[in-house]
Amino acid sequence: MTAREEILSRIRSALTEATAPEPIPRDYHRAPASGPGNVELFAHTVDDYRAQVHRADESTVAEVVTGLIADGARAVVPPDLPQSWRPRRDVVVDGAPTTLSTLELDALDVVVTGCTLGIAATGTIVLDGGPGQGRRALTLVPDHHICIVRTDQIVDTVPQAFQTLDPAKPLTFISGPSATSDIELNRVEGVHGPRTLDVVIVR
Amino acid sequence: MTTFLGTPTFQAGAGNIRGTESFPDAARKSLADTQLRANLGAATTTIRNKRIAAVAEVDDWEDLRRAGSALKADVMARLPELLVQFEENVTARGGAVHWARDAEEANRVVTDLVRATGSDEVVKVKSMATQETGLNEHLEENGIAAIETDLAELIVQLGEDKPSHILVPAIHRNRAEIREIFLKAMPGIDPDITDDPRALAMAARAHLRRKFLSAKVAVSGANFGVAETGTLAVVESEGNGRMCLTLPDTLITLMGIEKLVPSFTDLEVFMQLLPRSSTAERMNPYTSMWTGVHPGDGPQNFHVVLLDNGRTNVLADDVGRSALHCIRCSACLNVCPVYERAGGHAYGSVYPGPIGAILSPQLTGTTGHDDPNASLPYASTLCGACFDACPVRIDIPGILVHLRAEQVDSERRGLPGGQDLAMKAAGFVMGSEKRFAAVETVSKVGRVLGGKKGRITSLPYPASKWTASRDLPAPPKETFRQWWARTHEDTTR
Repeated sequence: MTAREEILSRIRSALTEATAPEPIPRDYHRAPASGPGNVELFAHTVDDYRAQVHRADESTVAEVVTGLIADGARAVVPPDLPQSWRPRRDVVVDGAPTTLSTLELDALDVVVTGCTLGIAATGTIVLDGGPGQGRRALTLVPDHHICIVRTDQIVDTVPQAFQTLDPAKPLTFISGPSATSDIELNRVEGVHGPRTLDVVIVR
Repeated sequence: MTTFLGTPTFQAGAGNIRGTESFPDAARKSLADTQLRANLGAATTTIRNKRIAAVAEVDDWEDLRRAGSALKADVMARLPELLVQFEENVTARGGAVHWARDAEEANRVVTDLVRATGSDEVVKVKSMATQETGLNEHLEENGIAAIETDLAELIVQLGEDKPSHILVPAIHRNRAEIREIFLKAMPGIDPDITDDPRALAMAARAHLRRKFLSAKVAVSGANFGVAETGTLAVVESEGNGRMCLTLPDTLITLMGIEKLVPSFTDLEVFMQLLPRSSTAERMNPYTSMWTGVHPGDGPQNFHVVLLDNGRTNVLADDVGRSALHCIRCSACLNVCPVYERAGGHAYGSVYPGPIGAILSPQLTGTTGHDDPNASLPYASTLCGACFDACPVRIDIPGILVHLRAEQVDSERRGLPGGQDLAMKAAGFVMGSEKRFAAVETVSKVGRVLGGKKGRITSLPYPASKWTASRDLPAPPKETFRQWWARTHEDTTR
């Protein structure tokens, strides 16, 4: 018998006496999104993680983003980041014409991307590799991530997020900068992922 | 669980899920370690209070718990079909699925997969499944270096120590001890480093950075696998998980067969329950989800190894089955008065605390009174705090009592043990009013033994079996029956 057949057969005989489970109670809050999510709550929960929250409108995004990049820092963007969101300075574009190697990425300081949605209840931004977000390594290796969230991308609850997300895409949920609590349960921001997270909310 | 012996369908789980000595013996040693008790007490108090605050924010918490519990019960009931569905979906998206009957087979499968890549080094995401099977040791024996990348696992690995907590494996170490470990085992570390947690975390960052950027193969566990889509999820904080799951060419994920959820949207329940219960955060800093291979993004070779290793033993027990609902949040450890004092190492298994006390003996089965895992269901005060804290409502106290009963039943034949004798003696005495009254008179002696403190700290054999582990309160001045007789003269016969 293969391991597969044997395990499946063990499970079947383990369950012969089992009683049928009850239906799943879905009494928790799972109403679909109705209108835009709570932007103020999102700003508050993001800020609680010691990520910096900034505001802009479509005409000032580039200016705000540019102001967040330290002098002399080298920035990278995904190829399809909207022109109006790009920092006003020299940037490296990942994937145009060539995809950067991990070591090349490591030599860059800042990455600017969009996201697919933000969750107000938890202060989470979700990236799925869609337009303006780049591949996963792009938002991981540089030490500073500037993420742009449009107010119409914010949902209120975790269930609303899952009703929208596409599991066929690679998903990254980000809630504040990299952090550890492994030493006496003291939270230390910044271990392996980006040590600085700036979230720019665009109205 | 001894009833399973002789029925070939069931196979006991093996690996790092059974210690070498009984819980009382192991706990006696850790109780004497005052540093350990101080470290643990401080850490568990902090996390307990934070968790209560994080949970209080969610006004549908009880509804989420009930949904989580029912979802897991549904998964267990439909496990064969869901596993097959999961396998189909992973395969359809370019991943490969392997099955492992036990720890040894899982280690062999993973080692062969690593060998096939030609690499002699793997970076690892913290994973209970690989701790359970002892994968690191197996890889080392086969000439493959396994590098733990979670800070706490790194502290444990560099300290040649064992993890003592599901979520914070180095919870038993304080900053001064961690500094000593790093100075001793981390090449190139600044010899003047302070014990500031930030400085220590940054030293770990520098130490691991080159490994991440050059690694060809990564090994991870999984928090959830989605049957409907073949999606896998890893929940973490430091970004070491993202590094391992994203940068190498090959990713190998070892996952227990119980980790499934039926559909992708069911994650909406668990992604609310898990972070608040484990690290007491609204959401953990990073969660990665991937489905098979994503062309041009992340590892291009993906394998998932499905592990039994005794899980089907647990599944066969109608009462104990729900131990498999565990999502490894560790909330039960942090609220447990026994764990807080004895520490994780006393449980012998990589699964410590209340959940370990029910999971480990069920995974391994027990071989009789002297099996260390047979002592685990007794490592509890049955106070019920673990049930209150459990985000998926596992009735840990109920299962502890069930396992105790099974253990006692399995020992009925053969020489009676101390507990058996005590119970028989009590039964004899309480079976007759005269005998009971006689013993009550004798028990007055206890008042003398108890002295001014009113506590008896040591008695001769066989009562020493009891007083070796705890004091015995001295009997009161007057028994209930004496009090009744004195105050209810008219009603006594």
